[in-house]
Amino acid sequence: MADSATVPRAATPRKPGRWLGLSRLERREALLFYLLISPWLFNFLVLSLGPVVSALYLSLTKYDIVNPPTFVGLANYQQLFSGDPLFLQSLKVTAIWVIAGVPLRLAAALFFAVLLNQKIVGISFFRTVFYLPSVVSGVAVALLWIWVLQPQFGLLNYFLGLVGIPGPQWLASPTWALPGFIVMSLWSTGATMIIFLAGLQGIPLELYEAASMDGADRIRQFFAITVPMITPVILFNLVIQIINSFQVFTQAFIMTNGGPVNATLFYVLLLYRVAFQYNQMGYASAMAWILFIIILVLTALVFRSSGRWVHYEGGVKGR
Amino acid sequence: MSTRAQIVTPAKTRRRTQLGMHRVSQITKIIAVLILLAGALTMLVPFVWMFDTSIKNSGEIFLYPPRWIPSEIRLKNYSEALTVLPFGQWFFNTTYITVVASLGQVLSASLVGYAFARLRAPGRDLLFLAVISTMLLPEQVTMVPVFLIFRNLGWIDTWNPLIVPAWLGGGAFFIFLCRQFFMTIPLELDDAAKIDGCGTLRIFWQIILPLSKPVLAAVTVFSVVGRWNEFLYPVIYLDTQSKYVVSIGLRLFRDLDTTSWNWLMAASVVTMLPCLVIFFFAQKLFVQGIATTGIKG
Repeated sequence: MADSATVPRAATPRKPGRWLGLSRLERREALLFYLLISPWLFNFLVLSLGPVVSALYLSLTKYDIVNPPTFVGLANYQQLFSGDPLFLQSLKVTAIWVIAGVPLRLAAALFFAVLLNQKIVGISFFRTVFYLPSVVSGVAVALLWIWVLQPQFGLLNYFLGLVGIPGPQWLASPTWALPGFIVMSLWSTGATMIIFLAGLQGIPLELYEAASMDGADRIRQFFAITVPMITPVILFNLVIQIINSFQVFTQAFIMTNGGPVNATLFYVLLLYRVAFQYNQMGYASAMAWILFIIILVLTALVFRSSGRWVHYEGGVKGR
Repeated sequence: MSTRAQIVTPAKTRRRTQLGMHRVSQITKIIAVLILLAGALTMLVPFVWMFDTSIKNSGEIFLYPPRWIPSEIRLKNYSEALTVLPFGQWFFNTTYITVVASLGQVLSASLVGYAFARLRAPGRDLLFLAVISTMLLPEQVTMVPVFLIFRNLGWIDTWNPLIVPAWLGGGAFFIFLCRQFFMTIPLELDDAAKIDGCGTLRIFWQIILPLSKPVLAAVTVFSVVGRWNEFLYPVIYLDTQSKYVVSIGLRLFRDLDTTSWNWLMAASVVTMLPCLVIFFFAQKLFVQGIATTGIKG
């Protein structure tokens, strides 16, 4: 991929005047293009493409940083899948997190985006408030949520108590720690919601007018117009959500550090430990590549299926 | 006579159903507002509670049911929380890194985005595909080899790994956002400027950038929030406490003492504040920037 891209820059013109069928003006434009993107190109080759390939090589070695890597073939992969309970646990935790969390977040984000796409007094206030939690992601939010999910004095269990539900132990319980993470993630779906909102605003109003003249009620309109028209945005958000969900790290590191009893041992948390606490760079690289393949396959599957459920307006798809 | 009656009745019923429809839509609107209010409360209450905790004395944190209005407002929590660990130093470090790295991201992503939006060159579309594909690449895959590269450069325990990559293209997502926005600016403006003798870079600087405030605001907000809250890279690269950034410093608070929730929340409030301030200033442009960039294509 990169080869064909770098050839025009590296090669010298054989014939003066025309080269690659470009005129002098076109050549200057192309030169400027490559000049402007050169920082990115350098980044891409040295900090993305190169590392992806060398991670693949490292995944076939044992490497503790101090001693040079020794080639071990597929041993790391064999060990991962046959005898590493922590790895299998991290796969399980992450799978549950993705399967339960992603649809919930998408549904919540779409639901509120629809509500926020109305002409109501103070709507811009509501939009700001719903986006607010996404602005402050990170460690501070993780700390806040440890406190919110605190079993005896926490906010969530207080409200649950008000409606007569005895709150669980949340982060202290192997059963409830992961649901606690999902509740927290529902709080900060603002980015997804804003993208949905932008998509909703692109739906022509005439469609709704026509539908309501035909006597379709709000709910009918939602499923017959809104959902089909917004499927490209659903696709986009779904892919982004899947990719991001596999990479959750900060909250897990801060809030539970994988516990209790590895109930929140997310994949990347284990990957971080293997690489930077146990210094097993080869083993970590194998884990990184498995993560990469999982994400690639899932993304490909989603795109594959999209032909069946994503609806493109003629005017929107082409550019 | 009878025909007349027949005509009147449907008209009457139609009006009645319209009235009914009107009432129904009024009711759904009220329900929608109520749900929105409940949602907004859910979004805001944790913030309020965080602030509330940060000004309580240590006795009142552990009351059940919680007391929302503290008997004394204890602002000392803030000065205590910020001095027990070198928080001021971390705050300064983070501000410096965020400003330098975000500046790099905005400048270099907009330049690269401009090249992809406006300049023609062999291999351009293929390279743009490469940009998109790096958006799908989890950074954990490159984490180990990149660590080894930076280690060879002697960059461990320095801020370089947090700053230098930001100046190299600024990240695929930001390039994508900029390029999409620039493509919505009519080419005629470029042509007119060319006729007036403007070079490609001057067109970028004097025509494209001033018209692109919404997307620049969006990229700036994303970038600042991202840099400010960055956790993985600092935790990998920074060892010396005096070089820490706020995100990994806050973690020490948790290790230090797990019961001083008023201190912890005071530190959290201070950490969140810069992002909130930036957001409120850029908010209008920011939302516009996302909306016009359109993820539809």
